[in-house]
Amino acid sequence: MSRNIKPKLAVWKFASCDGCQLSLLDCEDELLAFANVIQIANFPEASRAVIKGKYDISLVEGSITTSHDAERIHKIRRQSKFLMTIGACATSGGIQALRNFTDVSRFTSMVYAHPNYISTLNKSTPIRDHVYVDFELHGCPINKYQLVEVCSALLHGRKPVTPSYSVCMECKRKGNVCVMVAHNTLCLGPVTHAGCDALCPSYNRGCFGCFGPKETPQTTSLAKKWKELGAKNDDVVRAFRGFYAYAEPFRKESEAHED
Amino acid sequence: MKTDKTIKVDYLARVEGEGGLKIRIKNGKIADLKLNIFEPPRYFEGFLRGRKYSEAPDITARICGICPVAYQMSSIHAMEAVFGLKVTGYMRELRRLLYCGEWIESHVLHAYMLHAPDFLGYQDAIQMAGDHPEIVKAGLRLKKIGNNIVNLLGGREIHPINARIGGWYKIPAKKKFMDLLDDLKWARDTAVDVVKFTSTLNFPDFERDYEFVALSHPDEYALNEGRLISNKGLDIAVDEYEDHFEEIHMSHSTSLHSKRKGNGAYHVGPLARFTLNYDKLSPIAKQAARDAGLGKECYNPFKSIIIRAVETLWACDEAIRILEMFEMPEKPCLDYDICGGIGHAITEAPRGSLYHRYRLDSRGYIRTTKIVPPTSQNLRTMELDLHEFVPPRLDKSTKELTWECEQAIRNYDPCISCSCHFLKLDLIND
Repeated sequence: MSRNIKPKLAVWKFASCDGCQLSLLDCEDELLAFANVIQIANFPEASRAVIKGKYDISLVEGSITTSHDAERIHKIRRQSKFLMTIGACATSGGIQALRNFTDVSRFTSMVYAHPNYISTLNKSTPIRDHVYVDFELHGCPINKYQLVEVCSALLHGRKPVTPSYSVCMECKRKGNVCVMVAHNTLCLGPVTHAGCDALCPSYNRGCFGCFGPKETPQTTSLAKKWKELGAKNDDVVRAFRGFYAYAEPFRKESEAHED
Repeated sequence: MKTDKTIKVDYLARVEGEGGLKIRIKNGKIADLKLNIFEPPRYFEGFLRGRKYSEAPDITARICGICPVAYQMSSIHAMEAVFGLKVTGYMRELRRLLYCGEWIESHVLHAYMLHAPDFLGYQDAIQMAGDHPEIVKAGLRLKKIGNNIVNLLGGREIHPINARIGGWYKIPAKKKFMDLLDDLKWARDTAVDVVKFTSTLNFPDFERDYEFVALSHPDEYALNEGRLISNKGLDIAVDEYEDHFEEIHMSHSTSLHSKRKGNGAYHVGPLARFTLNYDKLSPIAKQAARDAGLGKECYNPFKSIIIRAVETLWACDEAIRILEMFEMPEKPCLDYDICGGIGHAITEAPRGSLYHRYRLDSRGYIRTTKIVPPTSQNLRTMELDLHEFVPPRLDKSTKELTWECEQAIRNYDPCISCSCHFLKLDLIND
């Protein structure tokens, strides 16, 4: 394939920890092959070189938390043919969306000596609330193999294979003993999107929801079961208020248990 | 020669996060120099309030995707300080092993993919791979070996899930640990060559009389425990940190600047650790440092790439030592009682000392938190480096000087995501 017809890739960052874009650099075995078929045109964390858009694929990490960023995402959308969000921050607002449940000025004065130097929005919101998003890849962090799968599906013009079922399916397939049934460990697995290969239950701990709510999650039944196991309202609220706190099914469930 | 120049770069690349640099030069002198950090604030100290102590390692890991192990280690040790819990023996060694994995992957990422392209004149590692495929491939393999440690012991390389207060959720089977050994021995051999290679790069003639600050331990190259010392007389327990250091909120930065009370700016990270703890390096790491022409101390920040290679070598050697004495602990996690109180911890993140302090109520809920990441401790020092670095180099072309200023910042492997985020170089000569 000659250089000038390689599709152009850009990676953009908003409020986030950098972990999801790092997943791309963590593809140690695939990175150079990837760079052979795709032109990394704008990826500041990895390169000084910037090639102008339009970009065939834009990967967007992070949530919108400032008015400047709320403008910037529109500019990025205009330069992108296919815009994909990567990770919990970009798809749900991330852990920083915990501010959405309180008055953010309280936090500013807690962290900064001169709150007047800080300009921030009251809410941390996902990219989808601001512009059209072509594809959302979940995870905190994303699964790098899913990232490779989605990019390769795009390059070949096919539909990406990313499961919509729950962590429970992955657990069963691995032959894990159910941590909730066997050990009464609170686990978000039944309502959480697969993608981590049932990581936490495989390490004897309950899932804490890194991949966000699956399609049609039965959060209310799960919370009821937890309470039978001795969970208090506060435990339920904190469990649903993690990295996907502002994703609607988790947000609603947490609000239902607020004292 | 009187010089007025305008140099502008919109987004400083190959750093983790978002920031900008603005230098105004008038009549050949720096009129104004500011490292602007406009990474949006994320308020971790705010929303940790009311969370349970056991959630802090998973939540604070999300401050930084590059060094989540550091956040987990500092938060776990701080909580254990509240509960009076001491993890010892092989469980403690396993924590060092996990940290070695992070040091290897983070140092190799920086040395190969973010820093080396500066010295060799490439925009990035992928461009560099076109001319030096073997070097880049070796770097990727080394990085993967570091990640494999974190993967096994932590569960995954970014935001691992297995470390907890009191120990681990699960300790994987011995065989899986032993499977790491062959690769690590290759990594150790390769790291010796990497030290050699980095020492042949061209370094600007630039040294400053830094106050180096790092954790120091009587028996080992410090990672998780020790006293905080400096080359200018500091020697304190970690719970005295806030008596000696303070954070200043500058208008041009969403990241706080740290200074040592009474002494000003200081320097944390590989150069500081190497200079303060040289004696604790393993023989193979000391030998490689000597062969690379390093003395027992290093005051040239551009040479941090050699020190990162030396620390990578040390971390491979230390990981092998820990694996070769493998003994399965009786149980993965110690028992403990929850109580209220204040706990402090400092651990050595790849970029330098990371301070955490928590106050818990009697049920183990977090009342207050303070986190001081290494990058905010280095921000003032980065600015001061540029104040000295730029004036004698004003004869250089704007393009060349801009790149060198970026490189001077990259010396610190700044993680602005940690400290906050966004580097943009904006050098104005008027």
